Amino acid sequence: MLSLNNVWVEYGEKVVLERIALDIDEGAFVSIIGPSGAGKSSLLRVILGQDQPSRGTIMLDGKPLPAECGPDRGVVFQRYSVFPHLTVLGNTLLGLELAQAPFTARLFGSARRAAIAQAEEMLAAVGLSDSLNLYPTEMSGGMQQRLAIAQALIKRPRILLLDEPFGALDPGIRTDMHTLITRLWREFGLTIVMVTHDIKEAFGLGTRVLTLDKRRHDPHAPNRYGAGVIYDIALTRRMAAEAEIEAGITIDKNGNN
Amino acid sequence: MRWVNRTIGRGNALLLGALPLALLGLTYIIAAASRNAANPSDKILPLPAAMIEAMAVLVFEADPLSGQYLFWADTLASLQRLGFGLGIATLSALLVGLVLGALPPVRATFGPTVTAIAVIPPIALLPILFIVFGLGETAKVALIVIGITPFMIRDVAGHIAALPREQVVKALTLGASSWQLLLRVALPQAMPRLIQSLRLSLGPAWVFLISAEAIAADVGLGYRIFLVRRYLAMDVILPYVAWIALLAVAIDFLLTRSSRSLFGWAHKAGH
Repeated sequence: MLSLNNVWVEYGEKVVLERIALDIDEGAFVSIIGPSGAGKSSLLRVILGQDQPSRGTIMLDGKPLPAECGPDRGVVFQRYSVFPHLTVLGNTLLGLELAQAPFTARLFGSARRAAIAQAEEMLAAVGLSDSLNLYPTEMSGGMQQRLAIAQALIKRPRILLLDEPFGALDPGIRTDMHTLITRLWREFGLTIVMVTHDIKEAFGLGTRVLTLDKRRHDPHAPNRYGAGVIYDIALTRRMAAEAEIEAGITIDKNGNN
Repeated sequence: MRWVNRTIGRGNALLLGALPLALLGLTYIIAAASRNAANPSDKILPLPAAMIEAMAVLVFEADPLSGQYLFWADTLASLQRLGFGLGIATLSALLVGLVLGALPPVRATFGPTVTAIAVIPPIALLPILFIVFGLGETAKVALIVIGITPFMIRDVAGHIAALPREQVVKALTLGASSWQLLLRVALPQAMPRLIQSLRLSLGPAWVFLISAEAIAADVGLGYRIFLVRRYLAMDVILPYVAWIALLAVAIDFLLTRSSRSLFGWAHKAGH
């Protein structure tokens, strides 16, 4: 569904990513891991449309990806994903309002009631039914991320991009969020690309794990070579438990975190 | 307990806050009383009784020449000028600040112009304003507007430009156009900052108002202060200054209250 063809990301002299060639299937849950500075987030931003690749093409459903972010790709960042001036309901409604009211960006009457019903259904799916009128600053980090997911999913994006979405949460909450995202992935038939630092999370959630790192390294010019995909591991759900052991091996082999 | 850890209760805070003011008042009265004892016709530090007497004429008695209650006419005229000035400044700061902060092409085009205007001392423009607009109300309002708008524009634009990139990207992935982004993301988040910026501009706005009134006016708080200065009428000047301070505090209080009630999300804890 999404294919990256010989994608490079360069900032001036600095090569961040080189020769990325990927095909991501519909319904896949792709985890991206790798050491800090290996271009995980750069890859995500390129898929998101926030940054442009310096070489190569990205195709979504056989068509070149537009050069800016659009509603076909949803995103959840580690922080700042929700709007502080809107309530939980307002945050979730926003996607519907923007699509249906180009000029006022607000809905009224029956259109609004229909949108609210849809938003409430989505918020129930992420477990926020009791918090409709709270503002994000009144909620915990985990609740904010639930809201961010609901806000993105209401647009039914072709791909959901997660940039270390659970990185700032404490372990108990993180486990709950893993259960939630797995359930949503199954229920909505989502295609997910997730960047994470947590190898256990990457193997536990993903159907496919990509490891980014530099293939070559010139100690005199550390920016000369960019990172590429050095491991591309397809997992089945049954393999997930064994994969955790494998993850341990990956750490040792590369000395990565 | 170390001072950084002390918490002050509401009642105590009121008491502590009133203490320096009371001390200041007391010092004045002692100084005035001692001068008055030495010279009963002293005009420099009038006693409260003399101030009340002088002010009563302005507050309760119509001026035999114009038939106006001067104190109220002055207050009304000044507040009107201030209101127009602040209103125009706030509205233009919101409009210009929003597009300047949210739209990079606009920022690139007009950012340097705003900066250039902002560094001109507004009082230096006052003669130009008097020449262009004449000595009437327009020039005074214009001075306030020119004096505070550039600061407010830059403040609002800076705040909008500094919104987390993630928020903008998120709005775009929700399908927002530039217009919708301005309307639903930038505008609501600019509003509390605009009020904050207006509060900070109140001081300068009063300075420009009093300056303009001092130079050319026939009514207004600043005009009256500078008029009675010729007669060393401290018994009028001091109450007028206190009244201006009171008005400024009241406006500031109203702005804080309205920001809290209208944009409660910006004042919630944990942000």
